[in-house]
Amino acid sequence: MKENKILPRHKRFLGILATLIGVTFAIYLILTSFQSNLLYYLTPSEAITQNLDEQRSFRIGGLVEMESFKRADGSLTSRFVLTDGIESIEVNYTGILPDLFREGQGIIVTGSFDNKKLFIATEVLAKHDENYMPPKIHAAKEPAL
Amino acid sequence: MIAELGQVFLVAALASAFLQFLGGTSSLFINIENIEKFVERITAFQTLSLVICFGLLTTAFLQDDFSVLYVASNSNTALPTGYKIAAVWGGHEGSLLLWVLILSIWTLFLSRDTALKSSPELRIMALSILGLISLGFLVFILYTSNPFDRILPSPLQGRGLNPLLQDPALVIHPPTLYAGYVGLAVPFSLAVSSLLTINNHQWAKHARSWTVLSWMFLTGGIALGSWWAYYELGWGGWWFWDPVENASLMPWFLATALMHSLIISEKRGLFNGFSTLLAITAFSLSLLGTFLVRSGVLISVHSFASDPQRGLFILVLLAFFSGSALIIYSIKQKKNEQETVHPLSRESLLLLNNVFLCASAGLVLIGTIYPLILEMLDLGKISVGPPYFNFVILFPFIPLLMTIGVAVFSNWNQGPKNLMKKLSPIILIAILLGAMVPFVYGWASLLTLVGVSLAFWTILTGVSPLIKNRFSINKNLIYMPMILGHIGLGLMILGITVTSSYGITFDDSMSIEQSSNVGDYEFKLTEIGRRNGPNYLAQYASIEISKDGEYIETVYPEKRVYDSSSMGMTEAGIEANLFRDLFIAVGEDIGGGSWSMHLQYKPLLRLIWYGPIVMMLGGFIRVFLSKKNLENYQ
Repeated sequence: MKENKILPRHKRFLGILATLIGVTFAIYLILTSFQSNLLYYLTPSEAITQNLDEQRSFRIGGLVEMESFKRADGSLTSRFVLTDGIESIEVNYTGILPDLFREGQGIIVTGSFDNKKLFIATEVLAKHDENYMPPKIHAAKEPAL
Repeated sequence: MIAELGQVFLVAALASAFLQFLGGTSSLFINIENIEKFVERITAFQTLSLVICFGLLTTAFLQDDFSVLYVASNSNTALPTGYKIAAVWGGHEGSLLLWVLILSIWTLFLSRDTALKSSPELRIMALSILGLISLGFLVFILYTSNPFDRILPSPLQGRGLNPLLQDPALVIHPPTLYAGYVGLAVPFSLAVSSLLTINNHQWAKHARSWTVLSWMFLTGGIALGSWWAYYELGWGGWWFWDPVENASLMPWFLATALMHSLIISEKRGLFNGFSTLLAITAFSLSLLGTFLVRSGVLISVHSFASDPQRGLFILVLLAFFSGSALIIYSIKQKKNEQETVHPLSRESLLLLNNVFLCASAGLVLIGTIYPLILEMLDLGKISVGPPYFNFVILFPFIPLLMTIGVAVFSNWNQGPKNLMKKLSPIILIAILLGAMVPFVYGWASLLTLVGVSLAFWTILTGVSPLIKNRFSINKNLIYMPMILGHIGLGLMILGITVTSSYGITFDDSMSIEQSSNVGDYEFKLTEIGRRNGPNYLAQYASIEISKDGEYIETVYPEKRVYDSSSMGMTEAGIEANLFRDLFIAVGEDIGGGSWSMHLQYKPLLRLIWYGPIVMMLGGFIRVFLSKKNLENYQ
């Protein structure tokens, strides 16, 4: 008789405990995987002025500077300069460039700095809209126009 | 003239949506019999107006009427006729028109649902809510995104359709996905209507087929999008965790959960509150999806340069509909009577898996909107990459797949009998079959073994009723939706695991007569040439694929430049069968007679799309077998 009275309370307690453990685990999971998988998105100026960890990868959005594109014949490796009109960064990338990649176009590169000068990109993204511009560049350009 | 007529019918649709809402709501105060016929007719009238609107816009496209701004920005005279029709929903304004058109069609069909006529209060209030949703979107269209706006002076030639959208799969992808998104408005309206009127679990019975139907469209739309991205966009990837892809995946998780939760609510009258909440959240997430796609707040392949006002408007609609639904829920939802359920009964196990599905949606949601929130608070711009999603999704999904098989063997309202005796041979076979995979392809990782074993486990437990009933069609008919749904899921998981574990992908530089080896396959570049398409110029490569010196096939990947834009487009060369996909895409001329090429070998990739087709087949059987059919066999 006595046991029957206690049982529902125990059950509720166990339920709450299980939920708490579940939620704690979920938060822990999210935080740890965020920590290792977050990519910061910066402009070339921010990337240069901020003191960035060389191990960590992040994204830089900017315009490909005119006449900065270089590639050795038959090589998959290319070099170009990414700019936001204030600062420029030289980027090195091995692989196929997206269809929309061209000088003067807004692109996003993912990768990390080899040294303060050269950015080694592991991914180059160009947007699928001809009118696309990385949002911050757009904002930076507007007052000038 | 056409554009003006379009305006008139758009306003007519708006007025009828308003009347539909008003008429339906008045049923709370006046005798419902007086209002039923009116609401039914006004619903039909709204659908008719929108069909005419859509027809008029299509006509404007077919006639190359560039005095209409929307036509001028999304079409031109060189566009093939089929793509002129697809261009109707190729841009923002037209796709929203399609959105409300589909909503009105769902509403029309709901108003003709004969089973629902047995509870008139529920039905009329649901139609009223659907009218209100339609009203919100029609105001949005007229206020910010009118497809019939004129441009003066009218240009002689249009800008043309985005070349990426000039593809058969992309012609049907948006309507299919929209049908799924919008279809979730039906269970939403029934759930909220139930709270306002009858306030019991009866709505679950009526909402089930509608949920399954929109789930089918959603499944098809997502699979089509993935397939298109694979061969057209993504250099051979099939899922990118792009925010817009996530936007369609979250409602899918919840629609799947809702579909199963409604079974419990209908069969056992339990978890009614949970089903109601799922119906509300699923539709809220499809509105969120519409917001994410249409507002341009995201860095995504789907974002168009657009007007922030539009984003704000959708956000207001989202806040209004989900906010008021949740308020109604919190006021009206009755507390569940304390009922004891056995922890291993079918209802408990289904609930458990629904919790895992909600957790999956939650984890995806956090990864998708976290960057947006940080940016809004001015804490910097970040992006959450695929590694996050690939990692966290395993945590709800592994236990989910484990539970699926146990749930199939469980019983309603009581614990299972001889569970271990029944399950242990299946577990053993699943692990043995799973172990075959590393045997065939080589050892990859423990996770691969777990993944494929779980896939076989899902398939085997799925087909078990079939075996138990000795393959008799009559006895199995009622189980077919479940059987096919679970087989489809299992196949998809198998495809995902094997492709991700054993796929090969790399870039190479190739010159004429030179070859590149991808696994056991040899790709040889034999020719680079040019050809003319209807509205583009293509540079193609001819690639001979062989294995161990034996010729298989020649593929012709292309690089296209469309007349209307400076944009280059990549058409991949794909040689596929059930067991593997071979993929090659042309990069660019990198000098010295060499071309950069992207090469891929993906085993069992096709299962990722065949799985969803099998799942949809299950849904199809559930929806189109009449209720009578199913009951007769029970």
